[in-house]
Amino acid sequence: MLNSRRRGVALTSVAASVAVALTACGGGSIAEETAANEDRAAEFGDCGDLNMAINPWVGYEASAYVVGHVAEETLGCKVKYKDLKEDVAWQGFGTGDVDVVIEDWGHPDLEKKFFAEQGDGSAMDGGPNGNVGIIGWYVPPWLAEEHPEILEWENLNDFAEEFATSETGDKGQFLGADPSYVQFDEAIISNLGLDFEVVFSGSEAASITAFQQAEENKEFLIGYFYEPQWLFAELPLAKVALPPFEEGCQDDPADVDCDYPETVLKKILSTSWVDEGGPGVELVQNFEWTNEDQNQVAKYISEDGMSPEDAAAQWVEENPDKVEAWLPQ
Amino acid sequence: MSTLAPPRPEAAQPDKSPPAEVKRWVPSSRWAWALGVVVLWIGIWALTKGNDTLALAGRERTGVQDALAEFRDKVIASRGDNPLIQLTYEIGSGFTSLVDWLQRMVSVENFPRPVPEIGWLGVTAVAVWIGLAVAGWRIALLIAASFVSFGVFGYWSDAVDLLIVTFVAVAVSVLVGMPLAVLMGTGNRAVNAVMTTFLDVFQTIPTFVFLAPIALFFGIGASGAVVATLLYALPPIIRVAGHGIRTVSATTIEATDSAGQTRWQRLAKVQLPMARRTIVVGLNQTTLAALSMATIAAFVDGPGLGQPVLDYLKTVNVGGAFVPGVLIVVIAVMLDRTTTAASEYGERAARGGVDLKRRRIVLAAAAVPVLVCLYMSRTYPWAAEFGDSTWGPRLADAVNDFFGWFTDNFRDLTQGFKDLTSAVLLNPLESLLAESPWWLAAGALLLLAFVLGGLRALVPTLLCVAGLLYFGLWHDAMITLNMTLVGTVLVMVLALVFGVWMARSPKLDLVMRPLLDAGQTIPPFVYLIPVLALFGITRFTAIVAGVVYAAPVAIKLVADGVKAVSPTTLEATRSTGSTTWQEIIKVQLPMARASLVLAANQGLLYVLAMAVIGGLVGAGGLGYDVVLGFARSEEWGFGAAAGISIVLLGIMVDRIARAAAQKTSR
Repeated sequence: MLNSRRRGVALTSVAASVAVALTACGGGSIAEETAANEDRAAEFGDCGDLNMAINPWVGYEASAYVVGHVAEETLGCKVKYKDLKEDVAWQGFGTGDVDVVIEDWGHPDLEKKFFAEQGDGSAMDGGPNGNVGIIGWYVPPWLAEEHPEILEWENLNDFAEEFATSETGDKGQFLGADPSYVQFDEAIISNLGLDFEVVFSGSEAASITAFQQAEENKEFLIGYFYEPQWLFAELPLAKVALPPFEEGCQDDPADVDCDYPETVLKKILSTSWVDEGGPGVELVQNFEWTNEDQNQVAKYISEDGMSPEDAAAQWVEENPDKVEAWLPQ
Repeated sequence: MSTLAPPRPEAAQPDKSPPAEVKRWVPSSRWAWALGVVVLWIGIWALTKGNDTLALAGRERTGVQDALAEFRDKVIASRGDNPLIQLTYEIGSGFTSLVDWLQRMVSVENFPRPVPEIGWLGVTAVAVWIGLAVAGWRIALLIAASFVSFGVFGYWSDAVDLLIVTFVAVAVSVLVGMPLAVLMGTGNRAVNAVMTTFLDVFQTIPTFVFLAPIALFFGIGASGAVVATLLYALPPIIRVAGHGIRTVSATTIEATDSAGQTRWQRLAKVQLPMARRTIVVGLNQTTLAALSMATIAAFVDGPGLGQPVLDYLKTVNVGGAFVPGVLIVVIAVMLDRTTTAASEYGERAARGGVDLKRRRIVLAAAAVPVLVCLYMSRTYPWAAEFGDSTWGPRLADAVNDFFGWFTDNFRDLTQGFKDLTSAVLLNPLESLLAESPWWLAAGALLLLAFVLGGLRALVPTLLCVAGLLYFGLWHDAMITLNMTLVGTVLVMVLALVFGVWMARSPKLDLVMRPLLDAGQTIPPFVYLIPVLALFGITRFTAIVAGVVYAAPVAIKLVADGVKAVSPTTLEATRSTGSTTWQEIIKVQLPMARASLVLAANQGLLYVLAMAVIGGLVGAGGLGYDVVLGFARSEEWGFGAAAGISIVLLGIMVDRIARAAAQKTSR
């Protein structure tokens, strides 16, 4: 009984304080902003929706949000970002869930399923995005400095024991990458006769943590990594030279005995979305930038802790001429 | 987290009436036999190890795995004109539009409005009012604090999105689950057995396996998230509510039957009302299961707090991921306490313990400020959208600092512990399990099952072993089994220490309970990075993640079991002048034996449930296979085979443990 009376009193006082707050904060600007939004929408005409897949690495995010920012602010498109891994993202082309994958590292298997030549034709190649991917074997900077000879693959066996962990026994541990990435390390190790065993990190976050810890604690570590990647700004990993890539040396996954080729990263687009046309399509097709550009935005996100939206906005503001070149004519 | 092990209500109430006299626990002949089997196993292993291990080299795949992949490819190719997919896709878009509409009402901008229709103040006020109506003012305060914390830490939209997805998934779970629960509660033994097996499968299958097909059948985004959550949240309500209906006292049913009621009347007037309390427990379990899917659903772009958790993983920002992770815990605690309190409140009201007239007046009076808040949240920006606050980033920084300090200071210690455990426990056991020829390991498992659990354990073990061989991942299954066993040992050590301690010290109990709740509900992705930094990319990291997840359940079970030991018995032993240590070893633990067995069983399943998460941090085994299958479309068949193998492993160890426990308690 007492409780409910107290409750009544409490509620009355809440109501009273709310009323005070109400009078204190005047100004009905929600209605104003609504009107402004309506005007803006009328002015832009209809760019429509742009469904942008976000594959889970920072470089990708940088490219996606810069394109998205331009589409939204300059062209008035409604951009939806969708956090998806590659495999699921490609499935979305056929259903209208996804329009753009902005950075593709090469997925022959998915191309077979979804490109027109062999698959259902729901996806199409949107041309290079200007970035070049470098995949390879990397060691932490302290190790490259202390034992520079480690940067030649021929010398790796001399250090195999140093690389051993509780997982590999006497053999050296080679840290494999997130399973979604293109990798032939098991074959390279066995075909080059290296005394190493691949332990798969299972995720990019795990690989990054391992490299950070190895540098901090001066531990031996060698593993799969790639550029462009935000980590290099904080930790300039050193690349180990493998036998150079030659055309055809990676055709049979079991016989690979050479380094990874440089990968021209490309855009993958939804066929039906491209057919519809519009300023958004032109923008995405025109988009091209360099590794340095992407690294700059990735640095804003990872090192400076900015949100991807803010990072993109800042870069766009700093590079008006580059952005200008992508806009529909 | 992807596969929270099933909470088993049938077993969840440990025997509350321990035998009156204190028996000294004597190892029975079964354990001697089991030891004999292990010795024999080691003997043959020493001679044959390394042969016939059925390890697959690199990218080698078996016919069954290829067939699974081919099946999926066919489904994808036919999606344009497959009527089933079109139907499921329609259902999926139904979910999407519902969630989308709710979002525009309460969590995201409803264009051209710059804000949702109802802003934070209005949403919070309504939620508080509902809390007041169903569970009283304490819960109302808890709800108010929780909702405000969403905004203060900068995750208002994501938190409300998660509530929306959870709400939709739980609502559908109840709609679909209650009829099935009635079927399970009123059906015969055969129906019950079949349904139990199905529920076991659904609760142990790693959700990662299903994510890509769910996206295919139901679409990406809210639809995929709702369906993934639904599949996982459905089993608890069927299981628990079914159990409740089944255990309504037979005397009551007979008494009312004699009054000549129809079956429908019996169900609606007797069975359902009398099982009400248990049904609410089922609802509660379903809600928590739904929340545990938050981060997994984010893998198919499900809206909610899982997204920022995964986002921060890209830059390995532990503190950043910690903040939304903790808010998931806040939601879990809020919903858990609310449903529990609502059920108690409802019961009190039904017994006339609540003054209904006064309650109506209070609620009506409280509705006035709610309406005012609603109006303001539609009109004024400050009441519609939370202003930027620095609380979130500040908490994140503090967590990062702490984590950095902790790693720097304790890393040598943890690495040493890891190396020691690997050398004396992990590696030898793995060698025994995975390096034995398959026929030796399989034979030994079957013999152990028979010795420990008799025929009841042997038959399921035989089926599961055959299944494991069929799906072609025997070697990886043994690696995973090894990690699970070692993890369970660690869980039991923690459970014994903290369980007994908590049972003996109410103060510690009070402090530990919320921590244990948090350990169970915080997404493992949040603590994976710190654990990684401490233990490196190793099997051990995966085991630790499993232990963090499994230990709370086991600790609670042991604590409750020890607490239930009758005080009279304790008095009696104390009067004979035994020491505390003697009291624990000779009285409390032996009398709580049923709880210990249950804790070990649950601990084991929970550790196994984390196998897939382990795959993300270098544990290898079936967990990595599942992750690989999700990440690369050409490996889907392989991943699916691994997912099924995890289910088979789980069912096998569960059936052995249960049969063994039954024999023990006899």
